[in-house]
Amino acid sequence: MTIEELQEIGKIEKEKQDGFKHRIHVCVAAGCLSCQSGQVKEALEKEVSRRGQESWTSVKGVGCLGLCTAGPMVAIEPDGILYQGVSVSDASDILEALGGPAVSRLDCSAHMPFFTKQKKIVLENCGKIDPESIEDYIAEGGYEGLYNALRIMTPTGVIEQISKGGLRGRGGAGFPTGLKWTAVSKTKSNIKFVVCNADEGDPGAFMDRSVLESDPHRVLEGMAIAGFAVGANYGFIYVRAEYPLAVKRVRTAIARAERLGVLGRNIFNTTFNFDITVRLGAGAFVCGEETALIASIEGRRGSPRPRPPFPSELGLWGYPTLINNVETFANVPPIIRKGGDWFAATGTDKSKGTKVFALAGRVNNTGLIEAPMGTKLREIVFDIGGGILEGRKFKAVQTGGPSGGCIPEQFLDMSMDYESLAKVGSIMGSGGLIVMDETSCMVDVAKFFIEFCMSESCGKCVPCRVGTVQIYNVLKRITEGKGKPTDIGLLEELCDLVKNTSLCGLGQTAPNPVLSTLNYFMDEYRAHIDDKVCPAGTCHFNHTEESQ
Amino acid sequence: MEAKEAERVKVDEDRRWRLVNRTMRLHGHQPDALIETLHAVQESFGFLDLDSLKYVADSLHLPLSLVYGVATFYHFFTLKPPGEHTCVICLGTACYIAGSTNMLKAVEKEVGIKPGETTSDGKLSLLTARCMGSCGLAPAVVFDGAIHGKMSSTAVLQNIRRLLNHDD
Repeated sequence: MTIEELQEIGKIEKEKQDGFKHRIHVCVAAGCLSCQSGQVKEALEKEVSRRGQESWTSVKGVGCLGLCTAGPMVAIEPDGILYQGVSVSDASDILEALGGPAVSRLDCSAHMPFFTKQKKIVLENCGKIDPESIEDYIAEGGYEGLYNALRIMTPTGVIEQISKGGLRGRGGAGFPTGLKWTAVSKTKSNIKFVVCNADEGDPGAFMDRSVLESDPHRVLEGMAIAGFAVGANYGFIYVRAEYPLAVKRVRTAIARAERLGVLGRNIFNTTFNFDITVRLGAGAFVCGEETALIASIEGRRGSPRPRPPFPSELGLWGYPTLINNVETFANVPPIIRKGGDWFAATGTDKSKGTKVFALAGRVNNTGLIEAPMGTKLREIVFDIGGGILEGRKFKAVQTGGPSGGCIPEQFLDMSMDYESLAKVGSIMGSGGLIVMDETSCMVDVAKFFIEFCMSESCGKCVPCRVGTVQIYNVLKRITEGKGKPTDIGLLEELCDLVKNTSLCGLGQTAPNPVLSTLNYFMDEYRAHIDDKVCPAGTCHFNHTEESQ
Repeated sequence: MEAKEAERVKVDEDRRWRLVNRTMRLHGHQPDALIETLHAVQESFGFLDLDSLKYVADSLHLPLSLVYGVATFYHFFTLKPPGEHTCVICLGTACYIAGSTNMLKAVEKEVGIKPGETTSDGKLSLLTARCMGSCGLAPAVVFDGAIHGKMSSTAVLQNIRRLLNHDD
């Protein structure tokens, strides 16, 4: 395949689409599918053919349109009309309104802050392209980055652009991607691997799933570019088995890419070969940790091992291995296509680019959003998120899942970037944002996360295996109204111990939700322990049991 | 040799082993095929019983203890047969905040089983999940593989009653 052939495919697809006067995009990502968007799409297709409009109206399934709470979503292009909560019976009204004013009862203003405040790099194709069509991806400039990398740039040149762009790992820790790639490329070995971590185990996070479901080729292209840069010829995507739709779409995408020759042997007539295999996770949160993930791909229990040696030296089957998150790989093609400087223009001093967040909890607009690094938390919750449900009072936002912390109201004006989040005792994590209002009890939330870490601890190291259970027992006692005044000190001591002596990231970050709630919501702990009341009213104390 | 013989016999017995054997063959019967193979077994049979674990261990030349260890380590694998219908209640953060524990309690009360158990007539299995990525639709419940969003205790109970009575 040459660049001309690639552009030809894109051009043909573009012309084909432009040939339609009206293009109806139906969201077929998991959120909308569970609201029967599949049937809506069918109904629209049937209605189009009943009216004999096939020659000038197209209906296609696209990836996530973002506003999951209002699903199923339908977009009408090129008019830019957005419909929400569409049902099968609305099909004829939608077709009737084509070319004229929108159907008012379904209209979802595309000018609301939810859409206008976002900036899309990773999700630029979501809601535009058919995730199962490689031609559609190519029409949007897909695989040009890979071509540029293979035919115009050198491996070091590729890494240079990534470093210049200042891309940092989107899996949570924010390690500079350029450094990681350099480390793997410098390790001498004939066999190397590239692994895409799609084991999105954090409860409350669905960014990776949405990217894989909406734009799988972008991740494949990013992985192939990474493979070229570090000298690897094999790639693995480790994806949760709980995401069957994402698995299916990735597998389809790999097959299509191989057939077209943008994956496989002699890509773009070079000597570069790159194969990607899908590996299914099996529901273990700890497998998001890179050494545990390696063990799992090797078919063993997902227990982490001490680092160093890092996977960049000793990874999969003992070979140097590059492991990056889905979103990190999804950022790679645009950086190569448009240059590191272009990417670095977005974001803050130390955190470049954008971040995809899964906004959920007690906000009006839940869904998938992407905002530049450094966006104020207030803008995310109140402008993009549309404020708190039922006009209630904001209490806290939880970031980073079980490894993160709760950010209280006083920090609403903080900037969302790696450093600022670390400063307030939380982490960026993979990007789950759970908004809580006054009906959420923070002690109960801390208990919820510790319970999660307790059941997900792999059991290899003692501080994590035993420590999380002890913390859970204390918190359980407190939420049942049996807390003792000494419990606060005990919690602090236990958290300190687990944090500093655990083997891997799971244990080291497990106490974060407890520490941050202790820090910012001590009054709630006190109320539970001293006054035996739960200010939020979620914990029910059974006073008769107290005497035992 | 022994394993091969067993493989042949198994295939003759049950067509469902074909997917399992195919998975192992695709991975060249290497040890790293274990998790993929267990997925194939669970897909074909709905759960992993001791016989299939033994068979997989033999075929991949792995100790049974290791296979059992992997099968019990990962939450996705189940060693008990599922009921005719399944109800999975999401206990991820967003669903938890939205009150999924109350739904769980209501269901427990209705059918008299705890999460991970199956009703004595084998009709319904109650399970919990740690986030299915449908946080935009919290609280979410999966009935027989189909996600239902924005559920409430009454809606869950209605669905369960419908599932249970449908076959009568």
